[in-house]
Amino acid sequence: MGKIKFEIKKNTYYDSVTLMLISKEVEKTNGVHEALVGMGTDLNKELARNLGIISDEIENIGPNDFFVAVLADDEVKIEKIVEKVNKLLSQKKENAGSDYMPPTLNSALRHNPESNIVLISVAGEYATEEARRALNNNLHVMLFSDNVSLEDEKELKELACEKGLLMMGPDCGTAIINNVPLAFANVIKKGNIGIVGASGTGIQEITVAIDKLGEGVSQVIGTGGRDLHKEIGGLMMLQGIEALKGDSQTKVIVLVSKPPSDEIAEKVIKSTKDTSKPIVINFVGGDNAIIEKYGAYVGVSLEDTARKAVALLKGEKIDDFNGFNKSIEKIHKIVSDEVGKLTANQKYLRGLYTGGTLADEAMQILRGSIGEIYSNIPLSPKYRLKDLKTSREHTCIDFGEDEFTVGRPHPMIDPSIRAERLVKEGEDEEVAVILMDFILGYGVHKDPVGEMIPAIIEAKGNMKKKDRHLSIIASICGTENDPQGLRESQKRLEEAGVIVMPSNAQAVRLAGLILSKGK
Amino acid sequence: MTKTKINELFDKELKIINIGLETFYRDLKNQEHPVIHVDWRPTAGGNKKMESFLSKLQ
Repeated sequence: MGKIKFEIKKNTYYDSVTLMLISKEVEKTNGVHEALVGMGTDLNKELARNLGIISDEIENIGPNDFFVAVLADDEVKIEKIVEKVNKLLSQKKENAGSDYMPPTLNSALRHNPESNIVLISVAGEYATEEARRALNNNLHVMLFSDNVSLEDEKELKELACEKGLLMMGPDCGTAIINNVPLAFANVIKKGNIGIVGASGTGIQEITVAIDKLGEGVSQVIGTGGRDLHKEIGGLMMLQGIEALKGDSQTKVIVLVSKPPSDEIAEKVIKSTKDTSKPIVINFVGGDNAIIEKYGAYVGVSLEDTARKAVALLKGEKIDDFNGFNKSIEKIHKIVSDEVGKLTANQKYLRGLYTGGTLADEAMQILRGSIGEIYSNIPLSPKYRLKDLKTSREHTCIDFGEDEFTVGRPHPMIDPSIRAERLVKEGEDEEVAVILMDFILGYGVHKDPVGEMIPAIIEAKGNMKKKDRHLSIIASICGTENDPQGLRESQKRLEEAGVIVMPSNAQAVRLAGLILSKGK
Repeated sequence: MTKTKINELFDKELKIINIGLETFYRDLKNQEHPVIHVDWRPTAGGNKKMESFLSKLQ
């Protein structure tokens, strides 16, 4: 079982993602059973308690103190562990170089008074204070942090509106302002489509599709997922729409969000009435009648939203896109080849997603065609997955939800939780199709495809040992100019036996055809 | 068309202050965008009472 060993350093601060990644490295040490490297926050103390590596000393430290705790065999020396941690931390410091790093926002402003936007990603409990300070200094804000209360969100957004500033977030994962990708974002060509969105991977999928169609974006404004809640009333979406209406580079406006209430939807759409710029709206899975009532265009999928925006920009005919880039003959060939390799009792889908909106879109598209889908974000509460560790029948999981990210980085940064699950799904003889997304760009893991390939090979190999085939279908939310490269990522997945489709919607449709045996 | 402060931002070079995850700072720096990273730590060492006192002083 081992012993609890720990070390505490007072008044030493590191950011949470850095420490979570270092915890994982320490866990790999021989003789170490559990490890936690973190700041002395309540959350980390609770984690340490759950892992059985808590001590009175750790209980008594504060959020500005740093600790290393392990459950390890007798021969493991805590000094060696601390040495390893220090080495990993100094590597991180070396990467940062010798740049001047001021201790506060005010000192940063003194150093560079021309600064105009602040990207904030500190723990939620400190986020409001930093965002308020930035707004009071007339700076635009992108607030990546979550765990900010609705009351605080409202207060910040009201302050921003009063001052005419951007208050993107809380929980805003992506934005592209003046062609600069902020937080999780892809490298997208500069162009004339402006986007305001309340769903991170929804925005990313649309921008990537626009780029693949040869067009680009003027501005991409994230609002945070709760902006269209009744309590917030769409404050930042309305502010973003006003800005895009007045922006000479923006010729077409795209809005994307999970379904808002009718009242808020109406308020948002009404605000687009006094512009001649065409508007395309995707309320993923929401009521489209209200969109059409005000003469805006409905995006029927994230990809379709992008296609319509591009068609409107070029003055081309507007049609719903429900098909494939490949010819129908080619799609039939892929489907019949895959169906031919599956056995009669292989009938289930396992969707393993890192992007919440992409998982939601998958379930929306498959609704009605393959039967009900269990999930941690189900379309109907009846199909909420009770045990998140075990899939049942058709299952689609969003690994970016809170239950998977307590004490560990988002799966776009640390793909290991999804890789482990893929191997597990490959042990279920009734599984026919695995559906996955791969998000490229800045902010995410430097090689999400490479991290997943060993699990893909293992899962396929395990099925093969039982004379079965495992069909793995993926889409890549990325562009050629992303640091990971779209073509190279696609090539490596295909070499590992994955069918790569040009969008999430097309990947989902293909999965649906295979599961319904081509019908 | 009304010009807002946000529209004024669209006409300027983005100059970013990053507070929090260093990875966002490194990404921006690697792309050669102007960015400054704040070596942030909780106000008043995480002491809530002191924090509220200090915020009133500002």
